[in-house]
Amino acid sequence: MTLGKIIELLNCQIISGAVDLQLDIKSAKASDLMSDVLTYSGPGKLLMTGLTNIQVIRTCDIAGICVVIFVRGKKPLIETVELAKTCKIAILATRLSMFEACGMLYSNGLKGVTITAPAQ
Amino acid sequence: MSTVAVLSQTFNIKGGDFVNAGEPACKIRNILREIGINANVIRRVAIAAYEAEMNVVMYARQGEIRLKITPHKILLEIEDTGQGIEDITLAMQPGYSTATEEMREMGFGAGMGLPNIKKNSDIFNIHSTHGKGTRLKLTFKLNGKTKK
Repeated sequence: MTLGKIIELLNCQIISGAVDLQLDIKSAKASDLMSDVLTYSGPGKLLMTGLTNIQVIRTCDIAGICVVIFVRGKKPLIETVELAKTCKIAILATRLSMFEACGMLYSNGLKGVTITAPAQ
Repeated sequence: MSTVAVLSQTFNIKGGDFVNAGEPACKIRNILREIGINANVIRRVAIAAYEAEMNVVMYARQGEIRLKITPHKILLEIEDTGQGIEDITLAMQPGYSTATEEMREMGFGAGMGLPNIKKNSDIFNIHSTHGKGTRLKLTFKLNGKTKK
């Protein structure tokens, strides 16, 4: 799915960064827990999250994620936007909830990152 | 036989500094990229460095990361002065955490840090003295069989 299509489906506002509408996004992740994003850091260039602090961008940078979408209409802190510019990570925002945003993308064909959680 | 380091660099970490946390890990990642290390190894080193750094920021007063690169391996030593770990076996259990609300609000402190560092490194060594500090020694092999 192209990033342009994702922006259209979620009615995203572009907060910062050079957004390549043709960027091919094969899978996405959604989490408010950065530890989990790092633990299950398979492929996936897109993260949806409700957290807007600076460590979200650090986590994306380390995990190889180049687009972050803030859900529930959350606005990032200024330092978050500044760091995202430095790290060349695009920031988008949607007013949809995490559940709705994920459902919208999934039902339109975007898959998640398959993870194998350790057995309990 | 001692191993000669081809490249060696030290980064300081300040306890409680959530704004700059992660900068050393990103710098280490950039160094490894510049010298053309395998992308999978870079990802594992960067994640381990970042998690270890967050532990120092969250739990210690100050610390440092020492990066050493030899022809056959990458070594990361993370040493801090702080409260140390009372029970390492417990701290290694996924999900066990003594994090504060502030740490959790940052998206960390879920008790995944140490297990994730271990998962990403080829050799994981931890030593901690309660009330004094913690030292992690991580080895990442550059050839032969490495983790995926």
